[in-house]
Amino acid sequence: MALYSEKVMDHFTNPRNVGKIEDADGVGEVGNAKCGDIMKIYLKIENDIIVDVKFNTFGCGSAIASSSMATELIKGKPISQALELTNKAVAEALDGLPAHKMHCSVLAEEAIRSAIKNYYDTHGIAYDKAQFPDPHED
Amino acid sequence: MKVVYVDNAATTAMSDVAIDAMTPYLKEVYGNPSSLHTVGQIAKEALDDARARIAKCINCQPKEIYFTSGGSEADNQAIRSAALNGARKGKKHIVTTAFEHHAVLHTLEKLEKEGFEVTYLDVHENGLITAREVEAALRDDTALVTIMFANNEIGTVLPIAEIGEICRKYGVVFHTDAVQAVGHIPVDVTAQNIDMLSLSAHKFHGAKGVGALYVKSGIPLQTFVEGGAQERGKRAGTENLGGIASMAAALEYAVEHMKENSTKIQSLRDKLIDGLLKIPHSKLNGDRCSRLPSNLNMCFEGIEGESLLLLLDAKGICASSGSACTSGSLDPSHVLLALGLPHEVAHGSLRISLCEYNTQEDVEIILNEVPKVVAYLRNISPVWEELENGEKPHLI
Repeated sequence: MALYSEKVMDHFTNPRNVGKIEDADGVGEVGNAKCGDIMKIYLKIENDIIVDVKFNTFGCGSAIASSSMATELIKGKPISQALELTNKAVAEALDGLPAHKMHCSVLAEEAIRSAIKNYYDTHGIAYDKAQFPDPHED
Repeated sequence: MKVVYVDNAATTAMSDVAIDAMTPYLKEVYGNPSSLHTVGQIAKEALDDARARIAKCINCQPKEIYFTSGGSEADNQAIRSAALNGARKGKKHIVTTAFEHHAVLHTLEKLEKEGFEVTYLDVHENGLITAREVEAALRDDTALVTIMFANNEIGTVLPIAEIGEICRKYGVVFHTDAVQAVGHIPVDVTAQNIDMLSLSAHKFHGAKGVGALYVKSGIPLQTFVEGGAQERGKRAGTENLGGIASMAAALEYAVEHMKENSTKIQSLRDKLIDGLLKIPHSKLNGDRCSRLPSNLNMCFEGIEGESLLLLLDAKGICASSGSACTSGSLDPSHVLLALGLPHEVAHGSLRISLCEYNTQEDVEIILNEVPKVVAYLRNISPVWEELENGEKPHLI
C-alpha cells in the first residue's frame, strides 16, 4: 500500500512488544478516543535500565506502528536515553510517515515520557519537572 | 490470494457490456459529434442514442439529460443553477440534510458565503428524514431542496417521492443526488416528482469520469463550462462519447437485471449483517429496511477503522471506513456523526458495499476474517480494556 512505507506495514501487521506488564514499574497513557488514538505504554525498570516494555494502542496503522517502533527503540536502554527519544526519530526509523500521520509519532514519544514520569512519581524518585512539559494534542 | 472487492459504493469494476459498448468509440467511431461530416455525424447519432436510452431508464425526455464529468459536477451545476434562479426572484434559502455527499455540502457552504441561507435537516438515528420535516423547513424564500436519494456511507434510502410531492405542492425546485441509487433501486423522475437528479456511470459498472444531470424541462440550467454549443450550450467541451456509450449500456443492463441482482445482493448482505452482528458490541448503522440492497455499515466498539481496513486488505478484503484516519482529517465521518454516534464509536466503522459479482464464498471469507481482525485489534486496544474492565460503560 502506497500510503505507508514497508517498515510501517511491517510494524503494523507484526507489532513488537504488544501486551501488558502486570507488575509494571511505570505506565503512561496518552491520546483521546474521540480523536481516534490512544497509546498505553508499560515499563519494567531495573537499575535505571528499561528491561522490558509493552504497549496497547487504539488507533490507525501508523499509531500501532509508531508504538511498536518506539518500544523497540527504548528496550534495553537507560532511562536517560529513552527520554531523549523524539517523535522524529520514531518516524525516521519507520522510513517516514505521511504528513497527516506525524501526530502518531508524537503520541509515541509522549507515551514513553508519561510512563517514565509515572515511574518516577510512583517510586519516589526526584526529577526535574521541566523535563516533562504537559503533553499536548497535535 | 483471492481479492474480495466489497467497496462498490466507491467504484465498481466495468462490466463487459459497458466495455464492449465503449470500445468502438475508442477505435473506429472517433468522430467529434459537432462535426458536419459523416464521421462526425455517426458519432452524433451515437450520442443521441445514448441520451435517449439513459432518459428512458429514469423516465424523462432525452432533451432533459445533460452529460457531465460525473456525479460531483452534476451536483455542483444543479445546485448553483437552482440557487441563481432563486436569487433572481429574491429567494435565497436552501433546504438539505446534514449527511449529504461533500459535492453537495461544500457547494452549499460556498453559497452560504455568497449570502444564501441553508437549513441542514437533522438526520434521525436510523439515517432517515421524513417528508414532513422537509415541509416544515420550507419558507416563502426557499429556492431549492436538495436531498440525496440514498446515502453513500450508510446506504439508507430516503422518501424521495414524498419529498418530491411536497416540493411540487409548494413550487420549490427539488434536486436529488442519486449517485448511489440509479441502477440499483427503481428511479423514476416523473413518478417521484424529481426536478433535478445527478447520476454517475462508474457506480453501476460504467466508465469513470462520466455522469449525467437530469433537469426537468422549463427549469433554466446555468452554463458551467463556457466555450461551445455542446449539451445545448450548458456544458461546453467535446463529449466523452466512449464513456457516455458505456454509461448507457451499463444503465440499461442494470435496470433490466435490477430485480434479480438486488435479490441476490440483498441476500448476501443480510447474511453479512446477521453474521457480523454476532460480534459483541457491534452495531448496524442506518435503518435495516429502508436501505440499499448492497450496503452494510457497522461499528465495532473499541477499535479504529483504518487499522481494521488495512488488516482486512492484508487478507484480500477491500472495504471502506468512515474513520478519521481514512479521510485525512481528525474527525470521523460527518454521516456517522449526523446519526448521533459518539466520536469514539464512529472511529470504528466498516462499510461493505456489494455488487452482483460478489459470491457466497466472498461472504464466508468476510465472516471468517472480520471477527478475527476485530478480536485482534480489541486485544491490543487500551480503550477495549477499559470497556471490558468496567472502567467505562459500553456505548453500543
